[in-house]
Amino acid sequence: MELPTQKLVHIFGALADLGQEITDCNNVQDMVQTSLQLLTGALAIRRSAILEYVPSLNSLCLVASRGIDTSFPQTLEIDDDIRGALLAVSQTAMSPERLSTLHPKLRLLLDQCKCASEGFAIQLFVPMAVRDELVGVVVLGKKATEEPFPEEECEFIQSMARHIGVGIHNHRLVEQIEQRAEENRRLYEDLRTIYRDTVRAFAAAIDIKDKYTQGHSERVGKYSEIIARELGWGEEEVEGIAIAGYLHDIGKLVVERDIINAPYKIDAKASSELNRHPAAGFEILSPIHHPYTDIPLMAKYHHERLDGRGYPDGLTGDQIPLGAKIVSLADSFDAMTTDRPYKRRRCIEDVIEDFRANSGKQFAPDVVVALCRALLKEVSGETRDRRILRILGKNYIEAEKVIPLLTELIAELESPTSLAVGTST
Amino acid sequence: MTDPTGCIVKSRCVGTAAVVYASDYLNKVSGERIERECKRQLDSGCQALVIDFHGTEIVNSIGISILLDIIDVAEKSGAQLVFSDVNHQTIQLFDVLGLTRHVALASDEHEALSLLAQSSAA
Repeated sequence: MELPTQKLVHIFGALADLGQEITDCNNVQDMVQTSLQLLTGALAIRRSAILEYVPSLNSLCLVASRGIDTSFPQTLEIDDDIRGALLAVSQTAMSPERLSTLHPKLRLLLDQCKCASEGFAIQLFVPMAVRDELVGVVVLGKKATEEPFPEEECEFIQSMARHIGVGIHNHRLVEQIEQRAEENRRLYEDLRTIYRDTVRAFAAAIDIKDKYTQGHSERVGKYSEIIARELGWGEEEVEGIAIAGYLHDIGKLVVERDIINAPYKIDAKASSELNRHPAAGFEILSPIHHPYTDIPLMAKYHHERLDGRGYPDGLTGDQIPLGAKIVSLADSFDAMTTDRPYKRRRCIEDVIEDFRANSGKQFAPDVVVALCRALLKEVSGETRDRRILRILGKNYIEAEKVIPLLTELIAELESPTSLAVGTST
Repeated sequence: MTDPTGCIVKSRCVGTAAVVYASDYLNKVSGERIERECKRQLDSGCQALVIDFHGTEIVNSIGISILLDIIDVAEKSGAQLVFSDVNHQTIQLFDVLGLTRHVALASDEHEALSLLAQSSAA
């Protein structure tokens, strides 16, 4: 029997709307509810429900309904037999009578649906499956006409159920992908934490060898991080430079302890031995696949100078990586502001004067400016983040004296003549 | 009456009946507004509903589904339901889908209210 034209147009309109709904909707709950509205509205079915198969619960769970009350079961537990029986007739709209002949357990399932909801006389039951996986079932009651469903309408219902099943399946896949992505993100974070903790352990091991400068590597790491952040580096790069700071002296592990711990200035031979440590650090760090680039180079070149009088390679100006310039300044800053076996730490005014004297020769002016700015922000109270001051300790800096000195040095180093001398790239 | 979504659903009370005016395209958004207004009227104690379709050109599948819900709600609360001023094409659709078995039709709002008054008197 052919359906009247107007009804056909109405039904096809519902199919078109369903396709749109499945592709556009981000929320699976809304998608299923609207899809059921489209299906029931297309044929004026008064009562209906869609249950989704949840593998972890081995149950069919109610996700959408129209015209039925709350006594309809929210979940229907099923076993492998029922699941297999439903899969065997998936995408087929079957009457309950026909369905219950397929497997005795299906009759029990239908009984659970029937007895619970008054007035919901199930007319059709449509299992949905995608790639041999049960997705759920569509359960339909009587039409407003109270007439049976002809073959054409059953075909339409099967087609819509197929689309709805695909929609649910796709949403499930997206959820699984998002879950895996989140798990991977957590794993990656865990690995990064392990890496950072290992690096810190290394830094502690380096510093243990040098009893007079315990904590030096950690401080250099922190100062490097602060300078890089002030230079506007991204978070990834800032993390990298901090690691470079922690590991910059790793080469000292190959230097004699007596040389490192000498309580007096060392002679040329011992100095030469000590000066091996940057190259040694490079050899130690190169084979490791660091998550950040250039860490071995920063360890190698942290004693280079803009004027070429550094070591191990005597590089000049732009030949020295910016990261190495940062670590170099951080290293020197810590050396000047902590006690050593052969000298006490210098006052901050002297340190600032040293920066002035050596900018463009030993240190890159823009890197010096960055450190000065960061320090000025803390001393002036512009920032509450007092990381540098916490390291330097109470009473080391008198704000009234230091603020003008820092301000003056920054202005000097940022002047056009100064920039022409030795700005880094 | 302003719907929670901020859009206006026109309705008016006439004695114990309420007339709710459908929009030009009865789809999910407009249909759910009308459904909410009908439920609100029934909860306020009205005993009959007229849904006026003057100006409604098209009712899509979701619109039909929502009208079925309204029919259900009206039946459960014992309220009478009349659709008025439905265009010819939509009447044919309602007829072929079976809605006209569950709801009376009237040519306009006035006739709908008269029908309801007569049936209350009876």
